[in-house]
Amino acid sequence: MANGIVDKVKEQATSIWGKVHGSQVAESILRPGSPFKKGYSDTPRNRSYVIMNNVLYHLHPVKVKRHGVRLSYTLCLGGISFFLFILLTITGIFLMFYYAPTAEAAYVDVEALSTSVAFGSLVRNMHRWGAHLMVLSVFLHMSRVFYHGAYKPPREFNWVVGVILLLLTLLLSFTGYLLPWDQLALWAVTVGTNMAGFVPVFGDQVKFALLGSVEVTGDTILRWYVLHVLAFPFIIVIFMAVHFWRVRKDGGISGPL
Amino acid sequence: MSDIPEHLLRRSAEAKAKALGIPVEQVLAEMTGEAPVTAMDAGDQPKVETVEAVPQTPAETSMPVAQDAPQTDAAVEVAAEEQAEATAAGPADGAGGEIDYEAAAAKAGMPASLLQRSVEAKAKASGASAAQVLAEMLGEEAPSAPPATAPAPESAPAASTPEPEPTADAVSADVIDMPPAAAAPAPATSAPAASAQPPATGGATAVAARPIAQPEAVPEGVRTQRLLTVVKANAIQQVKAEPTDKVSTWPHLMIMEFAVLLGVTALLIVLSVILQAPLLESANFTATPNPSKAPWYFLGLQELLSYFDPQIAGVTVPTIIGLVGFMAIPYVDKNPSNKPSDRKFAIFMYTFFMMGSATLTILGVLFRGPGFNFTYPWVDGIFFDDLKDWVNFE
Repeated sequence: MANGIVDKVKEQATSIWGKVHGSQVAESILRPGSPFKKGYSDTPRNRSYVIMNNVLYHLHPVKVKRHGVRLSYTLCLGGISFFLFILLTITGIFLMFYYAPTAEAAYVDVEALSTSVAFGSLVRNMHRWGAHLMVLSVFLHMSRVFYHGAYKPPREFNWVVGVILLLLTLLLSFTGYLLPWDQLALWAVTVGTNMAGFVPVFGDQVKFALLGSVEVTGDTILRWYVLHVLAFPFIIVIFMAVHFWRVRKDGGISGPL
Repeated sequence: MSDIPEHLLRRSAEAKAKALGIPVEQVLAEMTGEAPVTAMDAGDQPKVETVEAVPQTPAETSMPVAQDAPQTDAAVEVAAEEQAEATAAGPADGAGGEIDYEAAAAKAGMPASLLQRSVEAKAKASGASAAQVLAEMLGEEAPSAPPATAPAPESAPAASTPEPEPTADAVSADVIDMPPAAAAPAPATSAPAASAQPPATGGATAVAARPIAQPEAVPEGVRTQRLLTVVKANAIQQVKAEPTDKVSTWPHLMIMEFAVLLGVTALLIVLSVILQAPLLESANFTATPNPSKAPWYFLGLQELLSYFDPQIAGVTVPTIIGLVGFMAIPYVDKNPSNKPSDRKFAIFMYTFFMMGSATLTILGVLFRGPGFNFTYPWVDGIFFDDLKDWVNFE
């Protein structure tokens, strides 16, 4: 009796799923060759279509060198850096809902995040540790590229773009450092910007432009907030696009050694 | 054959053996040329073989080409006469009756269908009979100049058209009626229309001086083309790229990336659940903490600042070495090899620099206490707020 009902339910579910899966809506969403499409079969042609008929074609070619797929070759460090950037964007957008970039509100908001916002503490922690991990993974990615000699022709310029990306990563991390507006933020940024003041000739001007004042003030928060959530992400996305595009145009992954 | 890497050959042989249902050893032997090829799979040979099997188009017996255009006076004369003949013959008898293309093809060493097409096209363009053209192509008569009645395509090098000036006495009157494209050194960029009705400026004077006649031989609506050159099959089908060992991005790479993505997310969540991000008391301009430290990635610099003049350590080192120097690496390191054994110096330099930076950073993070003086973390604890909540030596 019970088995009969289960079978019937299963049958119904399968039939409904079949209709949904084969419907015009599903067909219109999934392009030919999608592994989620009804009746997908694992053929060489479909394996090509998965990439070719997909927005992923902007990132990946249809085929890659066999040694490049081995985890031990790249350690996926570039991919990890990129993915951490995406995670930081997501968690950062969440944090923006609860944060006002003023001297009065900033610290209170960050404190409230840990006590009165669901998952607030977790997301803030993810954002902070994720940022440290990203700086680390970008450094390691650069080292991996160096040790493989992967900056050699025709990839010279992509290495230059990579160094710019490292600089932008550091700037993103450093501008975010100030935003909690606690003692750690204030004085770390003071020390950091004092170093910028040692730039020869126009050191004071550089420092003034960075801080919006001769020293760290409430105005600096707004300035660094805009840089952190808008300006630098905008610039880094452009450079990342060039970086990824050049990886493919310069012949895909380097090597084998 | 021998330039295919061993493992690729092996893989190919295995796939082929599976498809044909014969032992791998046999396939391997076939592929390396030690055994006759199994009958049914002639088309399944590796690429390199196919290239060599392509029938070679004999360039020697092919039509005269642009670069062969006569340069000497005598040759110009011949060309001009041919031209006149062709013009007189007209297109009426272009079909040329029955021609044995098979026999001609065997003689020329090229496929009959190709030969027929090219002969017919040339006959149509020049207005000569197909039989005549064929005979020329097979070398039974003196090769003719490119059919100059054709309004030269824009790209046709004007230099290759014979300059008629020195031979003007030798050729008959109707040669003078040649279209100006061939009769005068037309400006290199002139389009066919422009050469027929020369602009009244500059280099067109020479053309304007002689009577201009419209080409009569080319019937209305016939698109005339000149064959510039015949490229040997080998020249365009040569496979230059080394065979590389590739796999499909889906699923091989994508699965790996997805796994890494999940792993990173999991690691970050676990880290964030265990470790609380630091949040000290509210910013206070009057209470300077001792020591004041920069974020960890700048602490190596801060450490340098405690040894050197700030102009050197704070600016010169990070901007010159850190940025310009790093960007310049590919342009300074001219060594083309990427084998570690060939680039010991580069690897040593990079490792040295990285180790130096790491040492400075670790010193700055762990071994600097109040007043940025040396301390031992296992004696006085850690003076670094990002770490001190979760690394404890006591």
